[in-house]
Amino acid sequence: MNYQYLLLLADNPLILGHRLSELCGHGPTLETDIALTNIALDLFGQVRNYCQYAAELHGEGKTEDQVAFLRYEHEYRNVLLTEQPNHDFAWVIGRQYLFDAYHLPLLTQLSDSKDSRLAGIAMKSIKEVRYHHRFSSEWVKRLGGGTEESHQRMQAAMDQLWSYTGELFLETEDEKAMKEAGVGADYGKMRPHFDADVQQVFHEAGLVIPEGPWHRTIGKNGVHSENLGYILADLQYMQRTYPNMEW
Amino acid sequence: MELYNEKLEAEFQSKIDSGQNIEAKDWMPEKYRKTHIRQISQHAHSEIIGMLPEGNWITRAPSLKRKITLLAKVQDEGGHGLYLYSAAETLGISRAELNEQLNSGRAKYSSIFNYPAVTWADMGAVGWLVDGAAIMNQVMLTRTSYGPYARAMVRICKEESFHQRQGYEIMLTLSKGTEVQKRMAQDALNRWWWPSLMMFGPRDEESVHTEQAMKWKIKLKSNDELRQQFVDQTVPQAELLGLTIPDPKLKWNAERGHYDFGDIDWEEFKRVVAGKGPCSYERLKTRNEAWDKGAWVREAAMAFAEKQQEKSLKEAS
Repeated sequence: MNYQYLLLLADNPLILGHRLSELCGHGPTLETDIALTNIALDLFGQVRNYCQYAAELHGEGKTEDQVAFLRYEHEYRNVLLTEQPNHDFAWVIGRQYLFDAYHLPLLTQLSDSKDSRLAGIAMKSIKEVRYHHRFSSEWVKRLGGGTEESHQRMQAAMDQLWSYTGELFLETEDEKAMKEAGVGADYGKMRPHFDADVQQVFHEAGLVIPEGPWHRTIGKNGVHSENLGYILADLQYMQRTYPNMEW
Repeated sequence: MELYNEKLEAEFQSKIDSGQNIEAKDWMPEKYRKTHIRQISQHAHSEIIGMLPEGNWITRAPSLKRKITLLAKVQDEGGHGLYLYSAAETLGISRAELNEQLNSGRAKYSSIFNYPAVTWADMGAVGWLVDGAAIMNQVMLTRTSYGPYARAMVRICKEESFHQRQGYEIMLTLSKGTEVQKRMAQDALNRWWWPSLMMFGPRDEESVHTEQAMKWKIKLKSNDELRQQFVDQTVPQAELLGLTIPDPKLKWNAERGHYDFGDIDWEEFKRVVAGKGPCSYERLKTRNEAWDKGAWVREAAMAFAEKQQEKSLKEAS
């Protein structure tokens, strides 16, 4: 197992979970508030699994929290999609759906990983992510087919968010090595699932799949948007301000 | 008619006196209904506003484990709000009305949430003291006369006592930590102690609702009794943490078998209840912003549901 590959897997749920947790107490209804918090809780649970594995692999007494909290910005491997802000509920839903449509086939593949620990994490996570996908895809359809305003907002959010989907399937060196070792996912095999999913959901929602996608920059290689610095300012606040303490 | 009402009221009271629950469809005096709507909705609003001070620490929680437990706790509060609103709805008020009462500032919620949560230690102090104080009231309410309220409280109490243990455990970790952490814990206790004592409400002689509430078993113990119980329970816990309760008059009274404690600043209490707490403005503003920003989402969900219904009606015909 490659340490960097585990970071790639851990950082997406970490940063997306962070964005969702910003919304806790601020949702449009109590029910959606609770549902989004549920998703965030699942994602953070997955983060712990990956980070515990990464910490053990790293050795030298490294802890899951050091892996999750104490890295420089360019050392975070999340895709840019996950760090996009909660501009409005359509962005929240669009970001979630596009990630879920990628996350689900990813975990399906990782369930068959030659690395049994990774396969175990994936099998546990996939049950949760099926629910995330159901929630987000239903909301894409609800907003797409709701009112004129919700339709416009959903399309506008997708028009922007779509450009970040290119990166999802861009294979980095670490991903290539793990794929070839039979440990990591094969994007070539995942892509058709993602495309079919998106086509169906966009169609049912009455939305147009935007042109592209193109790559803005590549978060997986540590080149992020302006958003990540602010996220880390919050995420790392306690660990940086009060170093080497037990909480 | 009057005679008829008197008879119903006598039957109603004897039902309560014999320990039976009143259910949503049972006859009840209008005042009982109104009192319960007021109390249950205030309780629900407190859960919803209570999400905000702790919610503001989720993104900054110091470890993954703490982040998850805090997030789950705040979510539980949302869940409590949800089933308390449902209990209030059984008395004939709508969610929309309840929301409007909260957002317009007409409804009250627990004043404690108008205090700021400024450090991580506040997550410990709020769990330990605020949830601790809330549980005292809530355990009592599991035996209240209105069935839907009593049953909601059973579930809430289980989760609240878990929250209190989590809060205390945060304080314990801090008190075993570095000097900086110990100071952080003491500072949080200093700020939350008096507001927590105020949570039990005015002194018995000034409490306007107590007598009627006791008759209806909405209250089984008075404000002062519960406050004393809280102090007696909390002082040894503070000692175990090695923290000092910020009250020079606090002293064990062997004769009474209770702790004596100093005077509460009732002027501050009245000010905060009247909506002039340190964060009163911010809490309501945040609530209103979330609600207003979500208006188009709620409209969309409604419109979509209607379209779906029309579609299935068409298919059926």
